[in-house]
Amino acid sequence: MTALAVPKLGTLTPWKRRGIFLAIGLVLVVVAPAMLSGFRLALLGKYLCFAIIAIGIDLAWGYGGMLTIGHGLFFGMGGYCMGMLLKLQEAGPGKLPDFMVWSGVEKLPALWKPFGSPVFALSAAILVPMAVAAALGALIFRRRVRGAYLAILSQALAAAFAILLIGQQGVTGGTNGLTNVTTFMGYDLNDPVNQRSVYLLIAVCLGIMYLLARQIVESRYGRVLMAVRDREDRVRFLGYNPTTVKVIAFAISAGMAGLAGALFVPVVGIISPALVGIVPSIEMVIWVALGGRGTLVGAVLGALVVNYAKTTLSEAYPAGWLYLQGLLFVVVMAFAPKGVAGIAKVLKERFGGRKVPPQPVSHQPAEAAEPAT
Amino acid sequence: MSRGQLLLEIRGLDVTFDGFRAIQALDLDVLEGELRFLIGPNGAGKTTLIDAITGLVKPVAGTVNFATRNLLQRRDFEIVRLGVGRTFQKANVFEELTVIENLDLAACFRRSLPTLFRRRKDVLPEVLEALDTVGLASYGNRPAGVLSHGQKQWLEIGMLLVQDPMLLLLDEPVAGMSKAERTKTGELLQLIAETRTLMVIEHDMDFVRRFASRVTVLHEGRILCEGGVADVQSNPMVQEVYLGRAHDRRAHEDAAVGGA
Repeated sequence: MTALAVPKLGTLTPWKRRGIFLAIGLVLVVVAPAMLSGFRLALLGKYLCFAIIAIGIDLAWGYGGMLTIGHGLFFGMGGYCMGMLLKLQEAGPGKLPDFMVWSGVEKLPALWKPFGSPVFALSAAILVPMAVAAALGALIFRRRVRGAYLAILSQALAAAFAILLIGQQGVTGGTNGLTNVTTFMGYDLNDPVNQRSVYLLIAVCLGIMYLLARQIVESRYGRVLMAVRDREDRVRFLGYNPTTVKVIAFAISAGMAGLAGALFVPVVGIISPALVGIVPSIEMVIWVALGGRGTLVGAVLGALVVNYAKTTLSEAYPAGWLYLQGLLFVVVMAFAPKGVAGIAKVLKERFGGRKVPPQPVSHQPAEAAEPAT
Repeated sequence: MSRGQLLLEIRGLDVTFDGFRAIQALDLDVLEGELRFLIGPNGAGKTTLIDAITGLVKPVAGTVNFATRNLLQRRDFEIVRLGVGRTFQKANVFEELTVIENLDLAACFRRSLPTLFRRRKDVLPEVLEALDTVGLASYGNRPAGVLSHGQKQWLEIGMLLVQDPMLLLLDEPVAGMSKAERTKTGELLQLIAETRTLMVIEHDMDFVRRFASRVTVLHEGRILCEGGVADVQSNPMVQEVYLGRAHDRRAHEDAAVGGA
């Protein structure tokens, strides 16, 4: 009997991987807050929120083959859940949030009432997107909607959500959204100390989400998910229900986007329809595509690098960024479908000298090939 | 269930593709512990029959009872969970996964979600057993993609075995195999039939003669006859529609082997 090893964990040993994870964690949690100005730290915090979305999309798309161009929907749900809580906290007990007063709303809408409770609002920020994603997934995956159809459907939902938000001025703040969020759980968000705490919270959440996703993709369930991605019809005949397998990954993915939305509000101070509609939903997929779908590190790097580039370039050439982003997306999809992480892997195989030559298999060749039957 | 009892009972099965009746009013019984061979010329409906049993095609009429449960209203993966496993004509393993990972994937289908979210730390006993049974013990950590055609079919059979099905439906398991591989596969099927029931589609009459206990001949969507190998071979109708051609083909194959 050959040595029966535990599953391979990429090319790095577990200890090396833990070391790299801790080193990056240290940079994000200790070095970045010490080096960056409040403004830059808030920007980094925003990128880290986006990285959480990217991990979720990578789970659904990279590992589950579900191309979703509608994650703005789930991000927005999380963001609005948190936004409602913070606006209520800010207004104080029994009072209405500022934009409702301006719109002439006199009584707190029923939808808002439970969001005064932090426990409810925070759970809802994650559970509502998960529930919506699970319900959607159960409906559409069972009908074997996938590929471009899933992409279009999810995008339409994000668009519908944005339109719904705009239409309900009195409840959602309309086009403006929920703005001027100045406190978080009663702490003043203009205070640099509190700003740093929010940033640290985001960094820790990103770390936890990364580890959670890592556990998922390396588990047996992860293997089944990838098997469904590659050959759904084969997996049916192994006794798995592909709908269930996909719904789970899709719901987790949506939950991560919801969490990211909830964390986004205190660090950026606003959640609005413009942040959740079609364009942001497409951008989210681009981060993962550029970074490298099917590798979690690639997704995180993609979100960080693309958003850093966006901020930097749009400061200099506001109009140029959209074109550059589109161009990058096209080039990556055409020449490096596995993204930057895929390129890195190829380079490593070519120059790293660790490539294992394909092993010849000795067996008797078929003597009498069956005539075509 | 004990050996000799009725395991699979098909009555009045009709399968139609765009007006073409692929299976017509078919009745078939398979008993517990049988190693049944299903033969017939091309287009006789052999694969369609297996497709209908496993939920891949929906019949227009009839019943398929498996251990007293009707399979026809169930979805493909539910039928697998009831204990009916199948292979396809083309081996369909996950080539980038190792042999053990393929078997593990197949073995875990009844596990609860919480256990599925853990990493695989060791090799399950049923996986080790299947590795030995199908003769791939020394290939456990190799990617399935490097296996030969025959070994992939064995891996497919191993993936069925770890699922512990009562009934195995194999679609031409020895097609394209070498003589030695065919013999090994036949012995493997007989070994499996000691504890389970098999129905095997096969074209190669030499193979059928060596390993079949009971043969069902399909022709144009109907059962032409059924019985022991000798009975079936001596049936004039069978000779006309099938064995005549098989004799020709065997002669052709022999010539091909001789010339090689």
